[in-house]
Amino acid sequence: MRSVQALAVGVLSVLAISDVSFAGEPKSGGIFRIYHRDSPGSASIHEGATYSLNVPFMPIFNNLVMFNQHIAQNSIGTIVPELAESWAWSGDNKTLTFKLRKDVKWHDGKPFTAADVKCTFDMLMGKSQQKFRQNPRKSWYDQVNDVTTNGDYEASFNLKRPQPALLSLLASGYTPIYPCHLSPAEMRTKPIGTGPFKFVEFKANESIKLTKNPDYFKKGLPYLDGIEFTIIPNRSTAILGFVSGKFDMTFPTEVSIPLLKDVKAQAPNAVCVVEPNNVSTNIIINSTSPPFDNIDIRRALALSLDRKAFIQIMFEGQGDIGGTMEPAPDGLWAMPKDMLESIPGYGPDVEKNREEARKLMQKAGYGPDKHLQIKVSTRNIAVYRDPAIILIDQIKSIYIDAELDVVDTAQWFPKVARKDYSLGLNLTGNAVDEPDQSFYENYACGSERNYTNYCNKDIEKLFDQQSAETDLNKRKKLVWEIDKKLQEDVARPIIFHARTGTCWQPYVKNVTIMSNSSYNGYRYEDVWLDK
Amino acid sequence: MFAYIVRRLFLMLLTLFGISVIIFVLLRVVPGNIVDILFDAAGFVDPADKANLEKELGLSQPIVIQYLHWIGGLLRGDLGYSYVSEKPALDEILPRIPITARLAGLALLFSASIGIPLGVLSAVHQGSRLDYVLRVVSLSGLSLPSFWLGLLILMASVSMFGTMPIFNPNPKTWMEAFAIYAVPAMAVGFRSAALTMRITRSSMLEILRQDYIRTARAKGASETSVNYHHALKNAVLPVITVIGIEAAFLIGGLIVTETVFNIPGIARFLVEALRWRDYPIVQNLVMFIAVVVVVVNFTVDMLYAAIDPRIRYGD
Repeated sequence: MRSVQALAVGVLSVLAISDVSFAGEPKSGGIFRIYHRDSPGSASIHEGATYSLNVPFMPIFNNLVMFNQHIAQNSIGTIVPELAESWAWSGDNKTLTFKLRKDVKWHDGKPFTAADVKCTFDMLMGKSQQKFRQNPRKSWYDQVNDVTTNGDYEASFNLKRPQPALLSLLASGYTPIYPCHLSPAEMRTKPIGTGPFKFVEFKANESIKLTKNPDYFKKGLPYLDGIEFTIIPNRSTAILGFVSGKFDMTFPTEVSIPLLKDVKAQAPNAVCVVEPNNVSTNIIINSTSPPFDNIDIRRALALSLDRKAFIQIMFEGQGDIGGTMEPAPDGLWAMPKDMLESIPGYGPDVEKNREEARKLMQKAGYGPDKHLQIKVSTRNIAVYRDPAIILIDQIKSIYIDAELDVVDTAQWFPKVARKDYSLGLNLTGNAVDEPDQSFYENYACGSERNYTNYCNKDIEKLFDQQSAETDLNKRKKLVWEIDKKLQEDVARPIIFHARTGTCWQPYVKNVTIMSNSSYNGYRYEDVWLDK
Repeated sequence: MFAYIVRRLFLMLLTLFGISVIIFVLLRVVPGNIVDILFDAAGFVDPADKANLEKELGLSQPIVIQYLHWIGGLLRGDLGYSYVSEKPALDEILPRIPITARLAGLALLFSASIGIPLGVLSAVHQGSRLDYVLRVVSLSGLSLPSFWLGLLILMASVSMFGTMPIFNPNPKTWMEAFAIYAVPAMAVGFRSAALTMRITRSSMLEILRQDYIRTARAKGASETSVNYHHALKNAVLPVITVIGIEAAFLIGGLIVTETVFNIPGIARFLVEALRWRDYPIVQNLVMFIAVVVVVVNFTVDMLYAAIDPRIRYGD
């Protein structure tokens, strides 16, 4: 049944591409010029954890499967085949088998085979001789026992237990297939893929250039002759460059709401969209030492938040309130509104919440005459600093006087790891709108990215339960229950989920900005320029 | 004179050695290294991976060994590899030098060619409207931060011409090639021009009150001859000193200007390398800048003697 579904999705996707090719009358040619917000550390997507890497290098690669690039909301239902022709789950849902395309070549002319799939995932699981310098998503494959091949064109993922989320993880822009015949070091500097564009050069702090792959296995694609990213860290210069027509598109999801107004004023013809990017701004609390080892103070903190005020100040109202999972309607796993509002601190009456918070503070020994003195630590980046300042202002209302402790980026995680903070303001981006990725990465006992060391074995059992659940509706209810519990436990209070803008010139066609992830929508194989 | 030059050369080497030690130690005193930065972007990753990478990059060795390794390589012409791009540091640095050199050269040229004549004009017409206007202009030049001036130029350029002179490695026209260097050079050189103008003015005013100027006038020399032949020649010494110092300080202004105009020169590269704690790039770039500054200072000292025959360096 599942393989039939997969086949149907595959056929639909082929039809979708055909649709784009003929009905839209795309024109071939032209260089797609985008400014890039910073210089990525390398060209190896597997070794990075920022979409600064995905945006320029995703067009070089293919995944086994990927999210349909023209449906903004990524979900299991929008996954389409890429290097795989089809996929099928075994009856016990513990083996996921991919039939691979036979007409795919790497950019250096070597044939793509199942061995490349095995190589890639062996390296990701830390099972191969060759190692990545960094392997930030190793935990994604914790439930994968091994990857086996059957001939050159079939690869199977053998799981320890059912994990329906695996397919979504494989569809992420973070999961390209790498060639066996290149070392991780070579992939960091001169990557080779099977994708619509070939790597030309990466000049640090200057530019990244890609050129059309004429042998791309999807006939007729890509339409563009190439893509050029000019690295412009100065936001004002970059926006002026876009406005003056030097660039066809801004860096995706990098235009803030206030800047968007400027762009629209100076380039009224520009097409701009605002989408959530599945990045939450949250508070990390050091609950291992005073004063936040006291649950009452942690709860008071959660009750003091006026989330709407954050969103109004920072995004002129264009942000969302939610739990760990991205809020609806773009988020797939968001709690229903009434359930969300039943969580302490999420109710609409902020003053009532704060009154309750003040009582909790008084119970802990603080009050109008005895304020709690703390520091709010955060990274020295505007998107971190600005909400931290608002937070400091808000917690004054519950007898907490805080001082801003701005931490150099290089020192942020070492400081958090040393537990050298009491309260921190943090941003958490999710590569996929998928509870497995979010829960295990951020809240599982012992997870490297569980900065607060929150550990609740009962909840962890629920993590596993939802992860193995194949019935979508049952799984959703479990996810809501977990999310609610995480917020009630003040594990990592979520303040808001941001929305950001992307603009492009009116002649740029076929760009879709994803609405529940910033990491998956940059294949650009059927983007074209109507010039 | 020869002994003086030898002594200066020895002092130059000593200075460079001191700078090499200071920059090397300071870089390692600053919290965090490349491994912290790389892993910061990924959140926490396995500490064992982190230790392996530190070992691979030689960061786990004692600091003295690391220093000797660097200096040894430097003397052999091996600048090491960039931690970030994994390319030879020399290949990363060399292509960027001409870009910054062109920009700095043009900025200094702009500074001298605007600052000196206007300074002379201002001094010669002391107290006139022209003098007041020029003094206001020079004060503005000293007060305007170059990043702000750069942004103003870009905004004006977009609103008036619909384009902007940001860097393009392959300019299509001669005008574009000129604009991508000349406009930022003006932005960064404006402050230097203002300073040069003020120094020229005050130096000229002092010289114009000297007895020998009065004598020249009494002998019937024309005003042009008095101002430019007799006065300026003697007033120019402090101006040369200031231009020499400005050449060294220019790197600070260039960092901002290269960022605003998106010019891939060494100044912006240095800041990015510092952000990544890319030691081989930072160390070698700082040493390069130090060599330039030391050589410029030496040249300025030598120029004194060439311009003013009364100056002779004793043995």
